[in-house]
Amino acid sequence: MDAILNQIFAGLSMASILLMIALGLAIIYGAMGVINLAHGEFVMLGAYAAWAIQTYTGMSIIMALPFVFVAVALVGWLIEKIIVQRLYHRPLDTILATWGIGIILQQTVRLLVGAESRFVKGPEFLSGNTQIGGLIMSNYRLFVIFFSLAVLAGTWALMTRTEFGMKLRAVIQNRQISECYGIEAKNIYSVTFAYGAGLAGIAGALITPLFSTIPTMGTGLVVDAFLVVIVGGLGSILGAASAAVLIGEATALFSMLFNDTLGRIAVLAGIIVLIRFRPRGLFPSNTRR
Amino acid sequence: MKRRDFLGGVSAAGVASALSAPALLTVAGRAAAQGNDIPVGLLFSLTGAVAVVESTLHDAALMAIEEINAAGGVHGMQLRPIIEDPASDPATYADRARRLMIRDKCVSVFGSYTSASRQAVLPVTEQRNNLYWYPTLYEGRECSRNVMYGGAVPNQQQDELIPWAIENFGPRFYMIGNNYVYPKEENNYCKTLLAKYGGEVVHEEYVPLGHSDFSSVINRIRAEGPNVIFATVVGDSDVAFARQYHAAELDPAKMPVISLTRSEVEVKAIGGDAAAGHFSSAPYFMGTQTPENERFVESYKARFGGDQVTHFVSEAAYFQVYQFKAALEKLDPANITPELIRDAAVGITLNAPQGEVLIDENLHTHLWPKIGQWQSNGQAEVVVQSSNRVAPLPYAAYEGQRCTGQGLVEG
Repeated sequence: MDAILNQIFAGLSMASILLMIALGLAIIYGAMGVINLAHGEFVMLGAYAAWAIQTYTGMSIIMALPFVFVAVALVGWLIEKIIVQRLYHRPLDTILATWGIGIILQQTVRLLVGAESRFVKGPEFLSGNTQIGGLIMSNYRLFVIFFSLAVLAGTWALMTRTEFGMKLRAVIQNRQISECYGIEAKNIYSVTFAYGAGLAGIAGALITPLFSTIPTMGTGLVVDAFLVVIVGGLGSILGAASAAVLIGEATALFSMLFNDTLGRIAVLAGIIVLIRFRPRGLFPSNTRR
Repeated sequence: MKRRDFLGGVSAAGVASALSAPALLTVAGRAAAQGNDIPVGLLFSLTGAVAVVESTLHDAALMAIEEINAAGGVHGMQLRPIIEDPASDPATYADRARRLMIRDKCVSVFGSYTSASRQAVLPVTEQRNNLYWYPTLYEGRECSRNVMYGGAVPNQQQDELIPWAIENFGPRFYMIGNNYVYPKEENNYCKTLLAKYGGEVVHEEYVPLGHSDFSSVINRIRAEGPNVIFATVVGDSDVAFARQYHAAELDPAKMPVISLTRSEVEVKAIGGDAAAGHFSSAPYFMGTQTPENERFVESYKARFGGDQVTHFVSEAAYFQVYQFKAALEKLDPANITPELIRDAAVGITLNAPQGEVLIDENLHTHLWPKIGQWQSNGQAEVVVQSSNRVAPLPYAAYEGQRCTGQGLVEG
């Protein structure tokens, strides 16, 4: 029984990391229809930003989060302004362009910072475990779970409770008509892209104490993020959240029954079966394009 | 098939054969040193996934070459390093090795970190009857007459380690490794030792290369309660594993991770606090106390920066160049070929940073196994130092097979 509880917690922890990474991607895809293959590199930039801030100012990564968010969002904003904005009518070219941007970002970091894995210290006050009976939970992982829920709630509020969110939803529904009402769709897109990138950056900063910080770390993560977005239904925040939990728990369950390698295969096979029967994901959005 | 596709295919084939023609024409010329210098190939990835480690091997080997040249070279001839970057891609390794051995007429090539890249280069080296100096510890079960193996094989890493671990921590082993040939062969040999010394395997599992979330593994470790975690996890996976193991507050005093692959490079990324208390088995640690090592570490740091580390593979990349030099010194300077270098190298002893090493007639190296315990400053303290030099047995796990001076012998 304890083993199962611990494994459920492991699944939740994986889900929270997946959610943090996938949320930005889901928003960018949902709002703009841009398949952003550089998303993993935004995660990597966040990790390196956290490393740089910690190394040069001694700040804890939790304190550094707002700065990381702003820095990576700025990079995202620039990339949107310079490249992605010109390609909105050519979706296939955006895939290629963002992939190229990803390579450029990765190699830039490799050239400037070096290829070796960087050490980022986890926050002191979150070290240790919380134990309830046989259930042992790492405090840091607990923190990431709650933080990802907060980010999810914040994003939801941004989309539904603010003027920006209203404009964004209007642009998603019909760009031309929104522009007739005086909404600057271009700016909305830029800010959305920057927000998505910033979220990826925070995700990157948060996983540094657990993972290895290297220039190629984003490549594997972006695949997981796409799995979450596809299973959840393109552009749906609720979908991304439930898909993250589903994939995290399924991975944990299969890892317990077999091992991590077979678990991964089983999850991927499960996703193939799922999209066979629900090709638009669990919660497809019903907007017209 | 459409006509256009067909024509495209034909012209592509035409281009390919045109490109390969010059290579075919040069088959006649064999590699041999000519003139006033000795061409030596360096085939370490400076870009791509394994560049993190291989660039340090490149640095160490190049440093040795330059030291030798500064001291006057060999027979008054300078070693001329020819540098190729195979960009972490096995097919490119084979291609660049061919270029070094055929076009540049190198009499030896130093290169590779992974087994995959060594095995890509192997057919080229054997076909050209050249010599490939491979510095990495590896899984054994290979017996080429054209490769000089400078790293440890399973028996050199484990023979001393396993009984020591059983005696100090207990007999129950949990095996965790990445899913490829090295961890499987090491575990294979470990199991024969465990059977001999009364240990047991409580669980054996393999995670994909680059795997980064170990929460399920850690839950399973906690549930099984083994005495020793026998780890052959490599690179970034090892960094993630160590950090998460530490975050889960598993106690190294009760359940240490004993790794065959964790070196100063990984520990630097893991962080001293998370690595402290765990063990590695290797013939060399940066803190090894020999005059040769002091010199090696000092000049390495002076050249590449005070925060750089030396490790058990870069040490071998360094001393192999000196073994190469010692072999050259035994030869007639007018007649230097890879084959003669190989024959001259057998039996050479050399004071390497780890201690005096010897090249066996099976072209592997006799080494000094050590068990190091990691400290919070990122260095290992040697807790067990083998009392004698250990001979390499690349087929130790396979009864009836032996790697000898005549190659692989069955029975």
